[in-house]
Amino acid sequence: MSAEVEETLKRIQTHKGVIGTIVVNAEGIPIRTTLDNSTTVQYAGLLHQLTMKARSTVRDLDPQNDLTFLRIRSKKHEIMVAPDKEYLLIVIQNPSE
Amino acid sequence: MLLMSVWSCFFGQDEEDGTETGEGDEWMQGKTLIKPLDQLDLTEAELKEEFTRILTANNPHAPQNIVRYSFKERSYKPISSVDQLAVHFVLEGNLLHQDSDEARRQRAKQGDVEEGGGEERADSVESKAGKKEQKITNQFNFSERASQTLNNPLRERGCQTEPPPRANFSATANQWEIYDVYLEVLQKQEKNKEKAKAVPKKDDDKGKKKMMLVETQSDDITKVAKVAKIIERMVNQNTFDDIAQDFKYFEDASDEYREQEGTLLPLWKFQYDKAKRLSVTALCWNESYKDLFAVGLGSYDFTKQGRGMLVFYSLKNSTFPEYIYPTTSGILCLDIHKHLPYLVAVGFYDGCVAVYNLKEETLQPIYKSTAKSGKHTDPVWQVKWQKDDMDNNHNFFSVSSDGRVVSWTLVKNELVFTDIIKLIIEIFDNVCRPAACGTSFDFHKQIDYLFLVGTEEGKIHKCSKAYSSQFLETYNAHNMAVDAVKWNHFHTKVFISCSSDWTVKIWDHTIKTPMFTFDLNASVGDVAWSPYSSTVFAAVTTDGKVHTFDLSINKYEAICQQPVVAKKKTKLTHIEFNPVYPIIIVGDDRGYVTSLKLSPNLRKKPKEKKGQELPKGPEVEIAKMEKLLSLLREPENSNA
Repeated sequence: MSAEVEETLKRIQTHKGVIGTIVVNAEGIPIRTTLDNSTTVQYAGLLHQLTMKARSTVRDLDPQNDLTFLRIRSKKHEIMVAPDKEYLLIVIQNPSE
Repeated sequence: MLLMSVWSCFFGQDEEDGTETGEGDEWMQGKTLIKPLDQLDLTEAELKEEFTRILTANNPHAPQNIVRYSFKERSYKPISSVDQLAVHFVLEGNLLHQDSDEARRQRAKQGDVEEGGGEERADSVESKAGKKEQKITNQFNFSERASQTLNNPLRERGCQTEPPPRANFSATANQWEIYDVYLEVLQKQEKNKEKAKAVPKKDDDKGKKKMMLVETQSDDITKVAKVAKIIERMVNQNTFDDIAQDFKYFEDASDEYREQEGTLLPLWKFQYDKAKRLSVTALCWNESYKDLFAVGLGSYDFTKQGRGMLVFYSLKNSTFPEYIYPTTSGILCLDIHKHLPYLVAVGFYDGCVAVYNLKEETLQPIYKSTAKSGKHTDPVWQVKWQKDDMDNNHNFFSVSSDGRVVSWTLVKNELVFTDIIKLIIEIFDNVCRPAACGTSFDFHKQIDYLFLVGTEEGKIHKCSKAYSSQFLETYNAHNMAVDAVKWNHFHTKVFISCSSDWTVKIWDHTIKTPMFTFDLNASVGDVAWSPYSSTVFAAVTTDGKVHTFDLSINKYEAICQQPVVAKKKTKLTHIEFNPVYPIIIVGDDRGYVTSLKLSPNLRKKPKEKKGQELPKGPEVEIAKMEKLLSLLREPENSNA
């Protein structure tokens, strides 16, 4: 099981246009990253809060609903966040490459 | 104690000089009368007037109108009699009558004290004894006795405990958090109910062990599995964004100008690294999950037999398969159960059949036929799921080159086989030759027992499940092996067949000769009817082209002939239409699966055309055309 997941993460990291991947745990602490430390911490902290807010919004509107993923497209690249009960997976990709 | 109080009577103050109060008399005695300045001047007569004075015992200062609240009457009521008592002086005395009880007690005590020893008493009572004589208590001559004791030195002792561990706790109480908690509680309750039911079972220990396993924390990373999958799909969507957009929205506008032709727009290309040297031998869409399809990989080459693979792809992720099952022998055919999307039947080159359960974690099939359990002795060319039999067991059919059509039933843990029919070639002298080799079959959509089998000799037999030795009908279809035979999805009488003799033929099963024959200039690997129209079908050839036909538009030619692979040497092996989306997948012998979108011209739903007859043609043709027309009128009605 874990080998498959590792493989999937590796595939994502080596996918075309992907700049970095971060895995964040429930407290907002990054446990795995391909970026440098300061950037990772910054991304993790900010996106964690944003995801919590987004999730809260979705669930407030309908408690049976839940957030599947969040995409933030900016001029330079796209940040994709997929939340889980305990973890948060953040991928930064440059889609037009 | 006696209360001493002074009662007094009050005198009204007299205005006459003579009757002044006692106090005034004193200092007035030796002096002349001085009139106060504001004294009234009264005449003699007035001075002699007599005023009567009445002495009363009333207290002039006492209020005369005291009002008390009466709870009984709930109102304020004036009290009739007011207390006229005025107290001037109170002194609490301490005289005891010598014969009173208290005095006697005290005397007795005094007697004790004088005998016993020193005891301190209250102030105004008896003094300290020491003498036997009764000493008169001296309440005025108070002497204080005090003594100073040694003060113990003060020492401060302190004790510091370890502070209890503190943790910061913060939480939000939202509607959804409350909902979550309720759900959890509900689940726990249900679990408890199940546990309560499971307790009387004998394998309690095993149950406990299992529960233990479930509750222990698995590796951190495995929890990210689901999320990682979503992210991978998102990343892929970004990379292949234009393809996804095309898939959804692109419609070739130039089709309006090309009357009868259509095109195929290439979309995703699916390939798996480890399957590069294998060729695609089977394709099947999943009925329930419309974006999932299965690819069977193996080899058609007799000399190059090795391993095979069963791979599942989703349109959402074209770079990596969803499920991968490596097999020891090449796969030749597969079928996904219509109602249970996780059951897959697979036929192998070595003659085995197997059933995989996608829900299971293992890579092994849940059922596999062995030499003992009646596996085929030759490659299995086609498998197809059937409806559940009367015992609600799943079952499927397989056809193989050893000439047997076998039905396999999934009974508990085993595959039970039943030979349905043996394909025999009869020779004139009634010597039954060894069985003919079946290369493909298809079951009728409506008539359950009716099916067609194509053989290596180029014949197609129409058979029934009920008769195991006789064919209902035999068609001399082709000169070479029949690669595929398929019933039409709509018209109950029409089926199509293709062969390596370069031809594709369309038949009416009541008529022994084909209705239509198409020559495609290359060996035809596979043919498939479209699910949306009864007159559209597509065929793939070994020269890398896809030929699409629409009989209602053009009865003689393909409306689209398009090469879909880059390298000219790749042969296309299989083709399948997606049941919902307007796309087809095409497999080739290099292990690639290409998906293509059908342009609008290829998807024309048959319109209502009345009596469009061609000038000539044998009766069969016209009959066929009429059938086609009836199809055109009611294309979706299966009982046309």
